[in-house]
Amino acid sequence: MERASAAYENDLNLKATELRLGLPGTDESSEKQSSRNYKRSSPEMDNSCQKDEQKCVPASKAQVVGWPPVRSYLKNVLHQKNDSDLSGMFVKVSMDGAPYLRKIDIKVYKNYPDLLKALENMFKCSIGVYSEREGCNGSDFSPTYEDKDGDWMLVGDVPWDMFITSCKRLRIMKGSEAKGLGCL
Amino acid sequence: MAQSFPEDVLEHVFSFLNHDRDRNAVSLVCKSWYDIERLSRRRIFIGNCYAVSPEIVIRRFPDVRAVELKGKPHFADFNLVPEGWGGYVYPWVVSMAGAYPWLEEIKLKRMVVTDENLELISKSFKNFTVLVLLSCEGFTTDGLAYIAANCRNLRELDLGESEVEDLSGHWLSHFPDNCTSLVSLNISCLGSEVSFSALERLVARCPNLKTLRLNRAVPLEKLPNLLCRAPQLVELGTGAYSAEIQSDIFSNLSEAFLGCKQLKGLSGFWDVVPAYLPAMYSVCSQITSLNLSYATAQNPDLVQFVSQCGNLQRLWVLDYIEDVGLEALAAACKDLQELRVFPSDPYDAEGNVTLTEQGLVAVSEGCPKLQSVLYFCRQMSNAALVAIARNRPNMIRFRLCIIEPRAPDYLTLEPLDAGFGAIVENCKELLRLSMSGLLTDRVFEYIGTHAKKLEMLSIAFAGDSDLGLHHVLSGCESLRKLEIRDCPFGDKALLANATKLETMRSLWMSSCSVSFGACKLLGQKMPRLNVEVINERGPPDSGPEDCPVEKLYVYRTIAGPRVDMPGFVWTMDERVSSRFSRATEGHGD
Repeated sequence: MERASAAYENDLNLKATELRLGLPGTDESSEKQSSRNYKRSSPEMDNSCQKDEQKCVPASKAQVVGWPPVRSYLKNVLHQKNDSDLSGMFVKVSMDGAPYLRKIDIKVYKNYPDLLKALENMFKCSIGVYSEREGCNGSDFSPTYEDKDGDWMLVGDVPWDMFITSCKRLRIMKGSEAKGLGCL
Repeated sequence: MAQSFPEDVLEHVFSFLNHDRDRNAVSLVCKSWYDIERLSRRRIFIGNCYAVSPEIVIRRFPDVRAVELKGKPHFADFNLVPEGWGGYVYPWVVSMAGAYPWLEEIKLKRMVVTDENLELISKSFKNFTVLVLLSCEGFTTDGLAYIAANCRNLRELDLGESEVEDLSGHWLSHFPDNCTSLVSLNISCLGSEVSFSALERLVARCPNLKTLRLNRAVPLEKLPNLLCRAPQLVELGTGAYSAEIQSDIFSNLSEAFLGCKQLKGLSGFWDVVPAYLPAMYSVCSQITSLNLSYATAQNPDLVQFVSQCGNLQRLWVLDYIEDVGLEALAAACKDLQELRVFPSDPYDAEGNVTLTEQGLVAVSEGCPKLQSVLYFCRQMSNAALVAIARNRPNMIRFRLCIIEPRAPDYLTLEPLDAGFGAIVENCKELLRLSMSGLLTDRVFEYIGTHAKKLEMLSIAFAGDSDLGLHHVLSGCESLRKLEIRDCPFGDKALLANATKLETMRSLWMSSCSVSFGACKLLGQKMPRLNVEVINERGPPDSGPEDCPVEKLYVYRTIAGPRVDMPGFVWTMDERVSSRFSRATEGHGD
């Protein structure tokens, strides 16, 4: 999960007034994306470029790699608002027998029941989720999805957070075809 | 006089020495003590798996029963160490399989473990009882199936926060029906659902089970089934702590907790539904360790729950606790020793919780035993840090992360040098320090002058010049681990303090100003250090000599340069000038 891109500095620009040791004109060097920095001969010379770059950084700052130092384990668990969230996560939904496909933003839903209710409303049918406890609740359709690897999976097996990051499209299968997936 | 003791008397005396430091001291007395000690050492701790080779360890200590190894540097936790860097446990497992047939325990941290390694472990050690994998990666649930199936007397299986490829939950069913030895099981990092009936039966037939940490997929409604079968539990990690609000679920849960008279530790709490927190009220006063770092509950539910736990010694919580919650904590939990507050929204510059320096100051005032702190917040002042330092001279671990890099004292807009200076000056036993905010070379002068017991220091976006690094390397006598990112530290301080690096476990520097030339020089001058340059964008010699390297990892070793480096890691040693096409510049030795 190396995010080598977007290592912008967050500079409060208070350097002009701060008291510190060190020669005037010395400043921090920082890892930056552009290849020209790789060939720089001294850190000092780059700082003027650095300050100009910072002024161009948009208000919604891109993240510095590995900062703040929160373990990815913890990050994955919590509901975050990233810049990427603004774009939503639209996936196509097809239903066996329906002539047109639909598109939904799966990030809008909080969990599986939410999603299924929305799909049921959209297609005016009843959809059952397979669970080890209850089987398929005897409904006509079962929801499946295509994951990042291109495999067709039964909706409901993995935790919700994992599902929304790996789901590429949805297909609501007719009951008879879903037999092989363990449903009635 | 010592030589008149027969060997077995000495061996008996040495058997009371458990700490490595004591055993190491004893081995230095004389040759016969060295030999007796090495033959009787049963536990080995290797803080850096590349500092020594399996062969060297086995040659010196032929009869080891417990091995603990650490692999990647700490900053790997924050994605600063590229994938494929190393830390493979493979050579260790292969060597130990042959040399230590009676090995009982393996504990690994930040290492790469494969399913083949797990299979080999499960089949090579007849008395294998403890497997702890903290922040490891590289294996799947298939590997766990081998451990479950083949380790007849398994007592502890702790997967920590490892990244496990979750193929299915079926592995748990591989524990044989006659396995009754489990004392500790931690599967909290796993995603997929394990067979609940298999889990239930396993828990029921292990009467010594003390620690059970479930994964998120175990539903709350089923938790009472497990608790009733294991009322002797001391530590419980729940699964998802959410269910539809139903009175029978609540009453089952309460009743089950009521039966857990030994319970001291709680964790888990994914997707927490606050209405279910009161189900645990009967055990709150027993609880000494509470990990709510996944619990997205807010106040007043959150603070109400925490305040019930008057005997709390350790609390890990999200910043939803806010200042008001920490003030309540300070009033209710006088035995608190460790506090960790994690950010609920680490990437939001503003934040939407009222957690400031005030909360930490309150806890430092109210909790006389507070000695270990990890605190994420968005503002800090010198005055607050000085107050904390004066309140808690007994502090031994202080890690502060102000979310915005280089944030100054929000009241005075000054650097936070004085504040952290007060910490190191007052807290004379400080072992570990992580700093953030706006910091100049001055803070490093304070650290070098006062932090004489400091063993681990983490620095980010701080300092002005090499002087800062020089203060630390020349002043911190006890320093073992130093990790630095995005600081203007360069060649001078590093080369001037080269010998210091041999007294430390490791040094990490990324996005600093250490030049390739200096790395080469360091590697040439110091044969007992591995000086590793990590450059993902290309070989370090494709630019001029004074070009800074991306990342540098230096560690002492008696095993020589490692042989498993990926393409983006270069080791600087005596042969470096022949490996790189550019000749080194004429530096005298």
